[in-house]
Amino acid sequence: MKFGVVQFPGSNCDFDAYHALRNVLKRPTVMLWHKDHDLQGADCVVLPGGFAYGDYLRVGAIARFSPLMQQVKAFARDGGRVLGICNGFQVLLELGLLPGAMLRNKDLKFLCQHVHIRVEDARTDFTRAAKKGQVLRIPIAHFDGNYYAPARTLKDIERSGQVVFRYCDPDGKVTPEANVNGSLAGIAGIRNEAGNVLGLMPHPERASEALLGSEDGRVIFESLLLSLERPKRSHPKAASTKVRS
Amino acid sequence: MKVRILVSFKDSVLDPQGQTVKNALHTLGYAAVKDVRQGKVFELELEGATRTQAEALVPEIARRVLANPIIEKFDWEILKGR
Repeated sequence: MKFGVVQFPGSNCDFDAYHALRNVLKRPTVMLWHKDHDLQGADCVVLPGGFAYGDYLRVGAIARFSPLMQQVKAFARDGGRVLGICNGFQVLLELGLLPGAMLRNKDLKFLCQHVHIRVEDARTDFTRAAKKGQVLRIPIAHFDGNYYAPARTLKDIERSGQVVFRYCDPDGKVTPEANVNGSLAGIAGIRNEAGNVLGLMPHPERASEALLGSEDGRVIFESLLLSLERPKRSHPKAASTKVRS
Repeated sequence: MKVRILVSFKDSVLDPQGQTVKNALHTLGYAAVKDVRQGKVFELELEGATRTQAEALVPEIARRVLANPIIEKFDWEILKGR
């Protein structure tokens, strides 16, 4: 399976993601320039962290108009796996591939620290190598990670089990103190209804080797390998969604 | 024609920057300030657009690009021209 890492002007975790995929997971990985019109046959597209277009206007707001993002949108609509990390998550929200929006962190501070997140659903393509309730220690580095969705949207995503990760304490308890950026319902990562698009604020690529202090992030990439390299077993909810549409 | 577009958070969305400004004003003794909402201002120069065209164009630009309708609202006015 082949990964594609999208590069925008201002991306700064693109090579971290490339390193994790190419050198740690040992899978073919290509860099995709935002002005291109071709995903180069990638089976999974990764939108890395950074400050695409300087975060001017709003985080992710300009990046979504890139030519390549139109390809990514079509790819996702056809069921292609898309992973958005930090700024990549923000781009996916602006692009409308994931519900909700990002606000500035509740204390108006850029947060750069390790946090704990709990796996809420271990049946997704991005978490199937993990266990439900498993606590992952992964770093965050963002100013705008305060997840927000209107009450009705929040109800919908909770009901359809789209919350994949929540900020928690080291024991896996979701507490207000653990929710460092003030996200609604402690949301750290969500998937789309079909289950092929995931966005999360923490950086799994920065926690994929013991040398970096944590290997907990690797489980997300390993889940993708399981999903794409083994016979497909789609998410039960995703399957029922497809039948309805 | 010149238009001004004002983008700000919806009333239902907490504006932590506005709250911080409010707190600072209170610290300075401006007790009369009940609330502060912070927003963004855009001034657009439109070439050869009539008022009717601007009334279609400006809200489209505001909704599609300048504001995120999930969290923000906008107002606009014509500054110059007709």
